[in-house]
Amino acid sequence: MHAAQHEDRDPAAGDPAAGRTRRAPGSAGAVPGSTGAASGSTGAASGSTGAAPGGGRTGAHGGGTRAEGSRSVFEPAEIGRALTRIAHEILERTSGAGDVILLGIPTRGVPLAHRLAGRMEQVEGHPFPAGSLDITMYRDDLRLRPARALGHTAVPAAGVDGQIVVLVDDVLYSGRTAAAALDALGDIGRPRIVQLAVLVDRGHRELPIRPDYVGKNLPTSQREVVRVLLTEVDGEDVVLLGEGPGASGGDGMTR
Amino acid sequence: MNRHLISAGELTEQDALLILDTAEELAQMADRPMKKLPTLRGRTVVNLFFEDSTRTRISFEAAAKRLSADVITFTVKGSSVAKGESLKDTALTLEAMGADAVVIRHSASGAPHRLASWVKGSVINAGDGSHEHPTQALLDAFTMRRRLGRLGGLRVAIVGDVLHSRVARSNVLLLSTLGAEVTLVGPPTLLPVAVGAWPCSASYDLDATLPKSDVVMMLRVQQERMNAAYFPSVREYSRRYGLDAARMALLAEHAIVMHPGPMNRGVEIAAEVADSARSTIVEQVANGVSVRMAVLYLLLGGAEAQS
Repeated sequence: MHAAQHEDRDPAAGDPAAGRTRRAPGSAGAVPGSTGAASGSTGAASGSTGAAPGGGRTGAHGGGTRAEGSRSVFEPAEIGRALTRIAHEILERTSGAGDVILLGIPTRGVPLAHRLAGRMEQVEGHPFPAGSLDITMYRDDLRLRPARALGHTAVPAAGVDGQIVVLVDDVLYSGRTAAAALDALGDIGRPRIVQLAVLVDRGHRELPIRPDYVGKNLPTSQREVVRVLLTEVDGEDVVLLGEGPGASGGDGMTR
Repeated sequence: MNRHLISAGELTEQDALLILDTAEELAQMADRPMKKLPTLRGRTVVNLFFEDSTRTRISFEAAAKRLSADVITFTVKGSSVAKGESLKDTALTLEAMGADAVVIRHSASGAPHRLASWVKGSVINAGDGSHEHPTQALLDAFTMRRRLGRLGGLRVAIVGDVLHSRVARSNVLLLSTLGAEVTLVGPPTLLPVAVGAWPCSASYDLDATLPKSDVVMMLRVQQERMNAAYFPSVREYSRRYGLDAARMALLAEHAIVMHPGPMNRGVEIAAEVADSARSTIVEQVANGVSVRMAVLYLLLGGAEAQS
């Protein structure tokens, strides 16, 4: 069912090939980063030594949110550049249309949506509505964990009918969050086009979901944990890659 | 959170705030064209009402349906209970039908507690005798927080037949957990003897309490009490403890007037007060659905709690 919905919207979301080409520079840019990451992981193999570079950064930012043994794979400046690029891509692919709405998925998709809207406004000179879309009540794994608190849903007053909605999330992993977001969005209205923008695509899709805009493709193993920290929520901008479930426990990770 | 909701006293401050915050998000849903959520699809909620109730039953029914649960409503009239079935046999029947939650209203205090030991699903107390009515207290707290923006330090007067009121009992327990200061007001015959042990103060003088209150909650004078000599006459009760326009004028500018319903206009509350802008009576009904959705979601939405 998700598949069918997604297939419906995909063609409208633009030429997938073009999307991939456009993403290529992004992934090319990721090469030095991932090379660095590779050397980092060599260090990580030797345990506490691997934590040293990350540990230095942790000290610099005073981030208590950081799990031990995780390393930075996406620096603040890179995150900023990736968001600027995505903002331009959204404008390009929607021909600067005035009817674009950015809906972030709580927790960390929401500040990302607002940042993208801000950058798009700088380019186009008029504001773009941004809001949030909580998907908790639509998750397919609700019964696997105790009932969780709901996030906030704030859809711009004009609604989403007939508009282009760009869903924004921090990490794309199994694709289940995005599928749930499509269900949630369907109950709010009927957008003309739905697209998906993510800061990090870590692979391992379990559903036929494909992002339209990607900040960075991050090859990971399923044992690893990707953690996105944002200034608005965590006090700093960084993407961390850690080992194993010991580092888990937050939002924007294994989902 | 516990698996059941039997008493407002069982809720920790954290639990209660989680319910109120969840209800706040769900209340938004009431404004959109599509009011249904798929969250409890395939779950069965049984409404087991041994006592007449319109608003509570309908409120629970609406809440469960908005979360896509299947609702079976079981009222005593025309049921096997009228033929003499015991509570336990009724419970076992529900168990066999696979009820995930049972919402029970019963005239005997403690019936939901007893039921909880017989069924596997969650038990939600929708009012038992003169014991408790926790979802009413939650919706009252929710309404106060929405209107006045906070609960901590709020001065709440609960006026009337406190002795027989499960609403008053649940409200005292929940509001004290949430940091509000409750004063119970009523004639000496209608205040419980042990009121000194409750986490609240008590007064016989309504006029002295009103200027010091942010919230006035009027309790219903139950018809069946009127003949039982708890007070000399309805008119005298109304003169001393009824909220009319003159008394309402004693209230602070921001204060609100609440009533759990159904109300006796002209007895505990004058029509002009009930229809005034201070009155939250209609809001309370709307908020009831959101709060009950939150309770159902938190009890049934996740994995089964280990208890």
